[in-house]
Amino acid sequence: MTQVSMTVNGKSVSGDVEGRTLLSSFLRDHLSLTGTHVGCDTAQCGACVVHVNGEAVKSCNMLALEADGTDVGTIEGQSNADGSLNVIQQAFQDHHGLQCGFCTPGMVMSAAALLKENPRPTEAEIRKYLEGNLCRCTGYHNIVKAIMAASGQDAGSIAAE
Amino acid sequence: MYSFEFEKPSTIADAVAALAAEDAQALGGGQTLIPTLKQRLASPSALVSLSGISEMQGVCVEDDGSVSVGGATTHATVASEAANTYPALAALAGQIGDPAVRNRGTIGGSVANNDPAACYPAGVLGSGATIRTNTREIAADDFFEGMFSTALDDGEIITSVRFPVPQAASYQKFLQPASRFALVGVFLARFADGVRVAVTGASEDGVFRWSEAEQALNTSFSPDALMGLHVNPMNMIADLHGSKDYRAHLVSVMTKRAVAACS
Repeated sequence: MTQVSMTVNGKSVSGDVEGRTLLSSFLRDHLSLTGTHVGCDTAQCGACVVHVNGEAVKSCNMLALEADGTDVGTIEGQSNADGSLNVIQQAFQDHHGLQCGFCTPGMVMSAAALLKENPRPTEAEIRKYLEGNLCRCTGYHNIVKAIMAASGQDAGSIAAE
Repeated sequence: MYSFEFEKPSTIADAVAALAAEDAQALGGGQTLIPTLKQRLASPSALVSLSGISEMQGVCVEDDGSVSVGGATTHATVASEAANTYPALAALAGQIGDPAVRNRGTIGGSVANNDPAACYPAGVLGSGATIRTNTREIAADDFFEGMFSTALDDGEIITSVRFPVPQAASYQKFLQPASRFALVGVFLARFADGVRVAVTGASEDGVFRWSEAEQALNTSFSPDALMGLHVNPMNMIADLHGSKDYRAHLVSVMTKRAVAACS
């Protein structure tokens, strides 16, 4: 076992892990931050997306020890300081961007990463950026709408298909 | 995953020393290796992460104008840092996987793995790049030795890849949307002394140069020069995504598109 230390959602954390412990396992099993979901466990679905030093990564495809010393952000750290939903989360609720909700943490984390590097993306850019996030129930339409709205743009411009 | 020791050296020399241990394996971004370990298709005694080696990070322009990419540089970094110096390479890097995969996956990992459908092998071979390791320099033409096989020795690390910058270049990827690999991808580079065409995703032998197309394009650089030219379907990959004939057809189509994009 090796000690790993990192900052998660602004708090310093540490724990003893094996070499093979995944970042997703460390977050879920060691820190009880179960908002990060593990869907496919093969880096296809994106439900496990978190931010490492501000960049979106698939936490089921990164070793916890690779995140030693980094600044990690998860879905639990997305809400506003008073506990209310942040702009992206609220937009997902307003535009029915989730149904079963399993993919939602990854969708929100990817959306946050997108809006950080591209604050006013086009619909095409949003769809392109979400290539690594799979949703099996709502479909992508309302998710794209929510991200448009969260970026302060008119979500009504996305016609129903 | 089977259990393994994890090491994260900060210098190439320390990484080489760690990789000397029996069954130790280098870890790039892990975007292929970690799923492979999960399936228990590999059981290294130790993984030696290359992500902490600062001298293997980033993109720089060398004195002769060539673009050098550190072996541990992520696809996302190449997509942004090579955008002005080698736009076709940056565009290729920006089409690999998805954004989260590009934030972890590295050029060294991709090139060392030599997946027959990966994008980078086409860019490296099509550019006539040089693979630099901790012990030597290997020309791309001598590096790729067939599906998942390269000239690398055990424990040898790709420290950087040096790309001569062509007059014009284009990567045309026919996306396999489930895997996000290339069903067929063609990297075409036009240099003062000739055209290079490298094809990925298509052949049972992994990435290859389509020399007949190169000769035709050296005579006349236009999509029409490729009319009637086809690769032999015999050696193409066949799977549920495409037959041998389909892939052979796509090689011609994507090469013509690459020529058009460079014209």
